[in-house]
Amino acid sequence: MPLIALDYWDIAVAALLLMVNAGLSIWLQLGLARDTLIAAARMVVQLSLMGLLLKLLFSLVSPLWTALFALAMVLFAGREAMARQERRLAGWWGYGVGTTAMLAAAAVVTVFALTTQVQPDPWYNPRYAIPMLGMILGNTMTGVALGLHTLTTTAVREKAAIEARLALGHPREAALRHVVAAALRTALMPIVNAMAATGLVALPGMMTGQILSGVDPVEAVKYQILIMFLIAGGTGFGALTAVLAAAARITDGRHRLRLDRLAAKRG
Amino acid sequence: MTSDGGALLSVRGLTRAGIDIPDFELAAGEALAVLGPSGSGKSLLRRALADMDENEGDNRLHGDARDAMAAPDWRRRVSYVAAESGWWDENVAAHFTDWEAVAPLAKRLGLPAEAGNWLISRLSTGERQRLALVRALVQEPDLLLLDEPTSGLDPDSEKATEEILAERLAGGNAILFSTHDADQAGRLARRCLRFAKGGAAEISPCR
Repeated sequence: MPLIALDYWDIAVAALLLMVNAGLSIWLQLGLARDTLIAAARMVVQLSLMGLLLKLLFSLVSPLWTALFALAMVLFAGREAMARQERRLAGWWGYGVGTTAMLAAAAVVTVFALTTQVQPDPWYNPRYAIPMLGMILGNTMTGVALGLHTLTTTAVREKAAIEARLALGHPREAALRHVVAAALRTALMPIVNAMAATGLVALPGMMTGQILSGVDPVEAVKYQILIMFLIAGGTGFGALTAVLAAAARITDGRHRLRLDRLAAKRG
Repeated sequence: MTSDGGALLSVRGLTRAGIDIPDFELAAGEALAVLGPSGSGKSLLRRALADMDENEGDNRLHGDARDAMAAPDWRRRVSYVAAESGWWDENVAAHFTDWEAVAPLAKRLGLPAEAGNWLISRLSTGERQRLALVRALVQEPDLLLLDEPTSGLDPDSEKATEEILAERLAGGNAILFSTHDADQAGRLARRCLRFAKGGAAEISPCR
């Protein structure tokens, strides 16, 4: 079954639903009409630009442009992960630790999948590389942000316990062990829950998309299972790297707890 | 290497933001009481001596330079007991390598052997304080850094604590402790380190 292409008229008809929403807002004085229309306009413009950009990128099949596009995605993900932390590392570290961990994890997992399992031609073909990186990165970002957030907030809360262990002569790895374990558990919880619920509660977006575009459901499921494994690997690798690096940063070579290396709590 | 005429602790050029400490030595068996208003630097000094905060200086234990040994090794010999004791597991015994071996010492401080099964969350402040002291004592450190070791304890526990500290001194350890109680300072120590507001300190006889 081939893809049923949409023409612009189809989209315009669907946009009528938005008009119904806006009309409802005006009638009930919800004050949402303006925001709804602006949000919808932003979505149309942003997605259209992204579509044109991806079309250009896919036609080039250039390793350089594909790598630059992927790097930009990682840099944006780094900003997003940093913004989700209540107590982040001060200075460049606040952005650098999470972003570097995501770059390493997403790059390793994506290249691994492209060169050994999916094997498009060439292996860096952006039509495969960019969507897969996007899915892996989006989930790794959540794991890294949750892990770092839990590590720093728990270290602040458990300062007395950590320093008691250090004062007894325990090395910093032992003194922080229960904090690092809590951070990694929190980081990995969403992907574990997602794997358990997938197929029962929700049909994943990628699988649904493939089915709509005419792919045999069994083939779409195989892709989805592969992607879930890649996401789990990327999240685990990224969160472990970020949490261990941050744990090293909030302690020092003399095995002291260095909460002074966290930025001040925000608002 | 043993120098300094056999001093247990020697502190030279100790530099740490917020306090101004004269050079001093502690002999084996000697206690130094630390006095001064709240916030004048008593706990900063103890933290600096245990190397818990960034600081500089030539600190030696029986002549061994601190900076030449790993921080955990230094802290097993220079035991810092914080005012707010810290706990990382659910029950008391989990914080000790061998609670059975510790029980006799705990008993002297009024803590029964079954205290090993007590939940940390149900301990009173005084119980935590005594258990934190026991936890430091069983490591047999050369030097104890204590914060008001008997504040908030009943008279029996206070007396038992002072007896145990006196035994440690007789056994050749040294103790640096802060206190608001001038009588206690005089009972345990001959010399007192007095902080003025602003962090400057000087050492003089307690009486």
